[in-house]
Amino acid sequence: MISKEEVKHIAKLARLELTEKEIEKLQKDMSVILDYFDLLQKAPKPKKMEGIYKDLSSTRKDEAISDYDIKDKLIGQAPDKKDGYIKVKSILQ
Amino acid sequence: MDLTKLTIKQAHEGLKNGEFTSVDLTKAYLAKIKSEDKKINAYLSVDKDFAIAQAKLADEKIATGRFEMLTGIPCAIKDAILVEGQKCTSASKILENYVAPYDATVIEKLKEQRAIILGKTNLDEFAMGGSGENSAFGATKNPHDLTRVAGGSSSGSVASVAGNMACFSLGSDTGGSIRLPASFCGLVGLKPTYGAVSRYGLIAFGSSLDQIGPIAKNVEDAKIVFEAICGKDKMDATSADYKFKEENLSLKGLKIGVPKEYFTEGINPEVEKIIKLAIEKVKEAGVKIVEISLPSSEFALACYYIIAPAEASSNLARFDGIRYGLSEKADNLLDVYLKTKGKGFGQEVKRRIMLGTYTLSSGYYDAYYKKALETRQLIKEDFANAFKDVDLIFAPTSPVPAIKLGQNADNPLAMYLMDIYTVSVNIAGLPGISIPAGRIDGLPVGLQIIGKHFEESKILAIASQMENMIQYK
Repeated sequence: MISKEEVKHIAKLARLELTEKEIEKLQKDMSVILDYFDLLQKAPKPKKMEGIYKDLSSTRKDEAISDYDIKDKLIGQAPDKKDGYIKVKSILQ
Repeated sequence: MDLTKLTIKQAHEGLKNGEFTSVDLTKAYLAKIKSEDKKINAYLSVDKDFAIAQAKLADEKIATGRFEMLTGIPCAIKDAILVEGQKCTSASKILENYVAPYDATVIEKLKEQRAIILGKTNLDEFAMGGSGENSAFGATKNPHDLTRVAGGSSSGSVASVAGNMACFSLGSDTGGSIRLPASFCGLVGLKPTYGAVSRYGLIAFGSSLDQIGPIAKNVEDAKIVFEAICGKDKMDATSADYKFKEENLSLKGLKIGVPKEYFTEGINPEVEKIIKLAIEKVKEAGVKIVEISLPSSEFALACYYIIAPAEASSNLARFDGIRYGLSEKADNLLDVYLKTKGKGFGQEVKRRIMLGTYTLSSGYYDAYYKKALETRQLIKEDFANAFKDVDLIFAPTSPVPAIKLGQNADNPLAMYLMDIYTVSVNIAGLPGISIPAGRIDGLPVGLQIIGKHFEESKILAIASQMENMIQYK
């Protein structure tokens, strides 16, 4: 069983605000699920590790490939914006 | 004639012969949605004017005599796939008012053919769930039995087609989210090979697992849609240079593997009977049935439920109250994050973000995430070994038929166990289809056919022949 403190610590890492009730429920649910994951300790070690999609290259040339500009539309979806920029709360006091 | 009961092929013929127009067809579906969807809840949004305007354009194209299979055919799109100018909520409060700034590549391809987009369909929030009940906007009900779930996560995409409220639909499948609901609703659902279809414009859940695919009334329709949406896309670096080529497959001499590990405890005996009967049928038609072993099967579910939430916890970090959607007021930046995510995400999404953050966190990474990656390698090798001896693999899609609404509400692990036969396919990046194989007390049961990478043509060819053998009505 994982502790309440652990649940709170993980929630902090995930930037997730949880109510007391949610913390209790997650403590119970996560414990059951993590116990189930212990099954994997029985799994043998593979002889080799290869990338799962070695044929699908995940790298590309560093170049702009879009021939249309949707900047305004993208910024338009931000909750707070000014002069074509997304506004973020100040982080330096 | 009830236009909403037609298949793509039939509707295409009707349009070609001038029996009806795309506007007629679209209006028929819109009327059906209006009268039926209150009780099903398949759609999150329907844009009538947009649909009719598209239909008029389609009719113009049809009038020229040069048009494609999907021209003028009305469809439904899972609300995790972006359609420019339309809301895309992923069934989450956090994106309740988000409007898509561009079209997903699959939507661009449908629009090129002038298919008609009727609306956006319900799903488990961020595609996380097997029942459709995790939607922030209410569960979708199964058109075959309104007291049961439609299956998830592409719940509205299947219910719209099963309820004759769309001719076909698009869903996405990260661990079974096309195949499982297709089996619950008596439809054909294809999860393509990883890389066969562009994911540009699909709201990401598990990036090493997600695929977009078609849901349709029969195999031929699924093939038509798959052919229309597959292929390389410069906007998705994981898309492959792939072209669909139809295959004529003779059943005689074909080798089909049946994994012995899939017929042990946990499967509903009636489901097992239906799957075994389907296997018997192809055997009579000259197929060679081979018992195979996928020794790492028992680890697949744990492997999946570590990898998918880990990727999700990273992918969903972007919903921070700054860039899109919901933003809770707070005094400092950290509190904006905390409160926005706390308020915007539902219970299952929170659970997965927490699980993913846990298994990736310092001290637990090796025991969980790294171990899951190693197990993924084993599962991949299992399939590679099996496919040395067989052409295709037959399996159940789900251990059970559609469950009752609320049945697993307090038991997330029981809900996860419904995915036991579908997750391995995503883990290994393989293509898989679910086709209707029979019924238990009126509830559909699906047969899953799994193929080698990029051998959708083989899967579709045998699925199409099986359709004629299986008495599914």
